[in-house]
Amino acid sequence: MIFDVLIIGGGVIGCCIARTLSKYDLNIALVEKEADIASVTTKANSGVIHAGYAASREYIRRNLCIRGNKLYTQACEELNFPFIRIGSFVVAVEDKQIKYLEEERKRGIEDGVPGLELILDKEKIKYMEPNITDDVIGVLHAPTAGIASPYELAFALAENAATNGVSFFRNEKVKRIARQNYTFRIKTNSKEFKANNIINAAGLYAAKISKMVGLDYFDIMPRKGEYILFDRNALHLNKILFPIPTKVSKGILVCPTIHGNTFVGPNAQNITDKKDISTTEAGLKEILDGGRLLVPNLPTRASIRNFAGLRAVPSTYDFIIDNTDVYGFINVAGILSPGLTSCFAIAEKIEEFLELLGLQLKIKENYNPIRPKPERFKDFSKEEIDEKIKQDPSWGKIICRCETIPEKEILDAIHAPVGATTVDGVKFRCRPGMGRCQGGFCRPRVIEILSRELYLPFEEVTKRGEYTNFLVGKTKDLLIDKSERGVEE
Amino acid sequence: MAESSKSVIKVIRCIVCPTGCSIKVIGKDKKNVTFEGYTCNRGLEYAEQEFHEPKRILTTTMKVENGTLPLIPVRTDKPLLKDKLTDALKIIAQRQIKAPIKMGDVLIENILDLGVNVIASRDLIKV
Amino acid sequence: MKTYSADVVVVGAGAAGLAAAIEVKKADLSALIIERDKELGGITLQCIHNGFGLKEFKEELTGPEYAQRFINEVKDSKIPYLLDTMVIEITKDKKVYAVNNKEGLIEIQAKAIILAMGCRERTRGAINIPGFRPAGIYTAGQAQRFVNVEGYLPGNIYVILGSGDIGMIMARRLTWEGCEVKAVVEILPYVSGLLRNQVQCLEDYDIPLITGYTVTKIHGKDRVQGVTISKVDRNFDRIIGSEKFIECDTLLLSVGLIPENELTLNAGAEISKNGGPIIDNNLETTIGGIFACGNVLQVHDLVDLVSAEAKRAGINAVDYIEKRYGKEELSKNKIKCTAGENVNYVKPDFINKKDLSQDIIFAFRVNYPDRRVQIQLKDEHNNVIYKRKKVYVIPSEMIELTINFEKLEKKPESDNIIVEVIPRPEVLIEEDEEL
Repeated sequence: MIFDVLIIGGGVIGCCIARTLSKYDLNIALVEKEADIASVTTKANSGVIHAGYAASREYIRRNLCIRGNKLYTQACEELNFPFIRIGSFVVAVEDKQIKYLEEERKRGIEDGVPGLELILDKEKIKYMEPNITDDVIGVLHAPTAGIASPYELAFALAENAATNGVSFFRNEKVKRIARQNYTFRIKTNSKEFKANNIINAAGLYAAKISKMVGLDYFDIMPRKGEYILFDRNALHLNKILFPIPTKVSKGILVCPTIHGNTFVGPNAQNITDKKDISTTEAGLKEILDGGRLLVPNLPTRASIRNFAGLRAVPSTYDFIIDNTDVYGFINVAGILSPGLTSCFAIAEKIEEFLELLGLQLKIKENYNPIRPKPERFKDFSKEEIDEKIKQDPSWGKIICRCETIPEKEILDAIHAPVGATTVDGVKFRCRPGMGRCQGGFCRPRVIEILSRELYLPFEEVTKRGEYTNFLVGKTKDLLIDKSERGVEE
Repeated sequence: MAESSKSVIKVIRCIVCPTGCSIKVIGKDKKNVTFEGYTCNRGLEYAEQEFHEPKRILTTTMKVENGTLPLIPVRTDKPLLKDKLTDALKIIAQRQIKAPIKMGDVLIENILDLGVNVIASRDLIKV
Repeated sequence: MKTYSADVVVVGAGAAGLAAAIEVKKADLSALIIERDKELGGITLQCIHNGFGLKEFKEELTGPEYAQRFINEVKDSKIPYLLDTMVIEITKDKKVYAVNNKEGLIEIQAKAIILAMGCRERTRGAINIPGFRPAGIYTAGQAQRFVNVEGYLPGNIYVILGSGDIGMIMARRLTWEGCEVKAVVEILPYVSGLLRNQVQCLEDYDIPLITGYTVTKIHGKDRVQGVTISKVDRNFDRIIGSEKFIECDTLLLSVGLIPENELTLNAGAEISKNGGPIIDNNLETTIGGIFACGNVLQVHDLVDLVSAEAKRAGINAVDYIEKRYGKEELSKNKIKCTAGENVNYVKPDFINKKDLSQDIIFAFRVNYPDRRVQIQLKDEHNNVIYKRKKVYVIPSEMIELTINFEKLEKKPESDNIIVEVIPRPEVLIEEDEEL
């Protein structure tokens, strides 16, 4: 079968494009090299939906961000992912910074960023965000900025896309792309796909993929950002807090997460190894120091996790969204911040490109834009809890103590379209292991459920795919092995 | 004064009480030794046992057939010679016991002919 | 919605919960135990090594054997219990909400509640070790559960961070299953746990104990491939240049236990600095009729002391129901107990003045080890009202003292008692010395 469109890359951008195109009567496939979608950059970023004033006017990402931000409202109603507009502050601690913020505000208003205001009343600022540093003299307040769960958005996009007919292939790394007449032949680990159009949304490896069809006009440089996540009970912020940005990045934020935690980060370190997602002693110190400038009382003793993500920084410093010279090959590369905010606007652009390429964009009759809200035990009233358990007993078996997650939510995560096949897959879809005990109680139980539902022996259940098995064997195996081989101790 | 031809063969740290005396074992060879550094008789007894014939209680698990759990915790009912522990572990690793089991049941009698039994540490019911 | 009725609801069926429930039943009141796991026994079920019961039974038992004694008594006394049941909420007016997959939502209006939820382990994220996040990182308790209960090996070659008893016990356990334990690494300059474990778990197997070091980086993108350990200075900061790499495929963390008080906090009870609820000398929290015992109150070293504390909680819960239930009023006349020099925390947090004629059991831990010390209780005017000598104190051993203030010469003259542990000038061991 020849796909009309093959999307390379299952991050939030690839999934968003897949879902947007899934409304049309087209054969669409998405290939992802990792064991799960949304498992690289998408799962390790700030989750901020930016208002859009920050990027310079010379970059296309500015307008895509402003447009993308607006589209989040309808998207959230349709896809039911966690998202809320809480507003952001860019924090000024020196007089000369106020002038800069005023200029940003003016430009932002001109370009359509709603509600931007400069607040100089310290009492009002402190009332809106009590944890903010006493050094604050003014803030740029952007009420349309929000926080989302980037990976839960990606899962929602993928589920809706799959429900509307998109085929997802995970554990398929693109090895080679060839051209035969006007059809692309894409060779992966274990398959060969044929497609008339390719959308390259391969993140950190987008330049590599682009070069496979002879398009060598950009590079992607990984830039690491480290984060520390704090216990939900330790600190509660009302606003996203930004420092005055630097040339390189928006700076080290202190930011609430949609699930009630707070994080500090990211820093910005250019590296060369695209697989280096390690956190570093220096990096963690840097983000704590930076965070303390905004929130002096960072609860360092109440950290529950540290992690790092890699931004795919393009050599052009702006999004590369090109209907390229290779007919049918579209690059969607270098989607660094504000990529998450822009995803729906980027998908709109791709629709335009595909029309230019001659694709018939006819809306399917049975297209369903709604991906129902996943049922969460935590949201139920007491009466609902009782009802649900009577309907399905797996609602009554609580697997994750810290986040109160029953077996049903885990089963739903596994059996959803493009569902979880790994422990991290379960963790990112419905949260067991994200709480303060970090899987202490629930991990054996999650492994047991995956083992049972996917017919895998315990030893083959992995953290996130190949080589990440949790367990190496059964107890007694090593002793029996040694006995049989007559090994001397 | 003549130099003693005896030397410290080993230092044993006593675990009988929290003081943790360091007890020196002094002698020419393993058979004729004296002990120094203990502050009570229990310590001396411990050091003598520990030097001549160190023993340990073995606690491990054994595979179970038809039980509500795949393993049952087991123990030796008496201390085993320390240098026999590895052999004992290998023997236990190869056995499988059927549920139901009651705490105290003898699962392996007279392991390695040392007069020590391996017993169950808990009840385990049949599935 | 299913309702049960019980005089006392006991949350958790570990060593604490079982002992507390038994005391309630002995007094002819009704107890209901709620346990989230599939059987009674709690964490002692996976502690298959011996060393338990010396105080309680005058025998040396394994964890499961110790638990079995209490389990048998619970069953013989016909105390009802719910398994695979998770308490999701406790309210200030002592309603308990729980769920399981057979009965749905369960509501119980209790007259008294005994909290016995135990504790959880500190994790890698909580101590902020930098590096990759591969498969192969476990807490010692997680590994213990897999090896002893589920029947699986987490890895082949281990480094263990933390020389507390759990870490050392696991070093031996894994060796006894045929694995290789490369080292036990300890950030303090001395071993954290008992000497007995150091000898029988590490020295017996030539497992190196590396003190004054900690893990400063985890290597391996998919699976642990090794750890970098570094020497630390007095402030526990890394000494640059001291790094050593140890190849391994599994890192076990034994870096501390934290009382599990989510339910307590949500009920509105106050939590103290050590992570457990604030209690008075009756083990009663700041909510009248809610008591706490065992690891949920303070992390214990000996399960025997957990049982003793839990029995007191059970007896006090009965006392509350018989004498104070319905007359809702926590005593306002209290003496505060504060941690002084070299004391990390003190329980109880308060003593009811009307209870001063009773034996009060103090429990506390020191911040750093010391020898030839004097434990002192003094009031805020610096009057020493009690003192006792001790040969040595160490943070990893909780200290318990039973004091009856009526029998002392000096009575506390203020509303504040400070517990401190200070060095004493004498050098010789004296007759009245406690070992």
